[in-house]
Amino acid sequence: MIKKTIQKILFFYLVIITNASALIEIDITEGNREPLPIAVTNFFYAEDAIKDLDQISIDVSKVISADLERSGLFKSIDQQAFIQKTASMHIRPRHEDWRLINAQALVTGELEIDNDKLRVEFRLWDTFAEKEIEALVLITTIDNWRRISHMIADKIYERLTGEEGYFDTRILYVSENGPKNNRIKKLAIMDQDSFNHRYLTSGKELVLTPRFNPVKQEITYLSYFKNLPRVYLLDIQTGIQEVVGDFPGMTFAPRFSPDGEKIIMSLARDGNSDIYVMDIKSRVVERLTDNPAIDTSPSYSPDGKKITFNSDRGGSQQIYVMDNKGRNQTRISRETGNYATPVWSPRGDLIAFTKNFQGRYFIGVMRTDGTGERLLTENWYQEAPSWSSNGRVLIFYRETKADDTGKGHSSSLWSIDLTGFNERKIETPEDASDPSWSRLIQ
Amino acid sequence: MQLTIQYYRNFITIIAATFILAACATTPPETSSSGSSSSSSSSASSSSSTVSLVQDGVYVGDETIEMLAVDVPDRVFFAYDSYALTSAAQSTLSKQAKWLKANPSVTISVEGHADERGTREYNLALGDRRANAAKDYLMSQGISSNRVTTISYGKERPVKSGSNDTAWAQNRRSVTVRTN
Repeated sequence: MIKKTIQKILFFYLVIITNASALIEIDITEGNREPLPIAVTNFFYAEDAIKDLDQISIDVSKVISADLERSGLFKSIDQQAFIQKTASMHIRPRHEDWRLINAQALVTGELEIDNDKLRVEFRLWDTFAEKEIEALVLITTIDNWRRISHMIADKIYERLTGEEGYFDTRILYVSENGPKNNRIKKLAIMDQDSFNHRYLTSGKELVLTPRFNPVKQEITYLSYFKNLPRVYLLDIQTGIQEVVGDFPGMTFAPRFSPDGEKIIMSLARDGNSDIYVMDIKSRVVERLTDNPAIDTSPSYSPDGKKITFNSDRGGSQQIYVMDNKGRNQTRISRETGNYATPVWSPRGDLIAFTKNFQGRYFIGVMRTDGTGERLLTENWYQEAPSWSSNGRVLIFYRETKADDTGKGHSSSLWSIDLTGFNERKIETPEDASDPSWSRLIQ
Repeated sequence: MQLTIQYYRNFITIIAATFILAACATTPPETSSSGSSSSSSSSASSSSSTVSLVQDGVYVGDETIEMLAVDVPDRVFFAYDSYALTSAAQSTLSKQAKWLKANPSVTISVEGHADERGTREYNLALGDRRANAAKDYLMSQGISSNRVTTISYGKERPVKSGSNDTAWAQNRRSVTVRTN
């Protein structure tokens, strides 16, 4: 069992090829977890733009460094150690200077303001091959420098790992405060690095389980508006919200289909919860399960052909898979314990879940046929995994145990790599739960 | 040279990772936030030193109960992950039915609740089951369904904030609330 688990683990593998014609890369399929040392320099700008660009130059470099470090795959070298400091490095770095401080990759850049637009040029260098391996020019409004920085970090990640980056993304979640028996909950949204935080609801109504539309600036969530728990749809740009469908009972556990055109959810009626799907435009509703057990937490496969869900029809909570018409409902979870919140990976090969076993809670992944179960993290209470856009990282929430008076309770967001390494707390202004990680921003 | 060092480093990291994972796979390690008691069963073990008010996973005390009228308790309690009505629950609901019959203009909402030891979405469904179990019993006692609405709060509105068996048992409940 242990052996099996280990065999199935994907390791990061860092390949350093010293051959002059070859280039650095991080192979994500197997291997090493030694982070790649990278030097991210402050971007240069012309002397006359110092007022506008001095701070941005420092901040862009900081955001890129922080993104790369948070991935656990890179180690950003302290700028104090840099030997070469002149603007010429952006054209012709002295690779030996960078190798001397063990920088295997170097990021240089130039900023310019042109017609009130910010022009950002960046280059990525392989200091051992002594080659430029990536270059990009981005033009944007000046106040958009943070997004540009995330896009550059994505480009670097992509070039060095061969995988799509996930830094130009946002996190939607429920912000919480107040005592446990009178918790105030608001929808909140922020960049993946916790910046640009804002609230989407006031806290007047209880709101739960928000999820991003994978293709539009739209979210779906559960609101207790007028004390009627129903699934709602909210356009993030216009702020317009509407109830989804006209159902004769509580609708909950909503998620979008991969094309963003349908919402799949549970409907509770007379004490029984089953899974339904509604086409947002036509409002046509289709019932997918019809079982006296609890059927909930549905999630589509990325091709939209299959659906995984949670059911206790076999006497305990387990994970099932069916096709998108509700046919061939098959249990896939097979180890001991209770399973919940299955979420299909955007790559299609794995399902993430919450598991409760002997009073402890785990976040894990399994193949879509239920084999190859791997538990990534274990704690007092945690649940609700959501995938990064590239399927390499999971975000979830974790609660701490309260004492008998309720003190000591907290709820916060965490992320962990698919490898089970690099577990990190994600900063939020207040307590947090129910995270949903966006696809790359379009 | 560079290549060799790198190679050994890889090797050592893999070995280290193997041990960490092996440890995870064999023993559930105690972390700093480890709980004092397992909650996943309906066992009645109380977490405190006081006399156990939880029997077979069901709260049997009266600390949180409010009265709809004289000798008409407003709530019933459930075992872990269960919506079965105990005989005590049936007795309480029979009193509620009698009171509703004596007060035919009263309408009610039955709120279903779960404890914090379950995923949010599943608990919403479980709360709905509990509220409807209570509603069905009232209907079986002759109360018209159009006087009774149900709402599930899942684990969102605990009455007790502690993380212990007694608090959880008090939170696993359905509560009858007057709506007029």
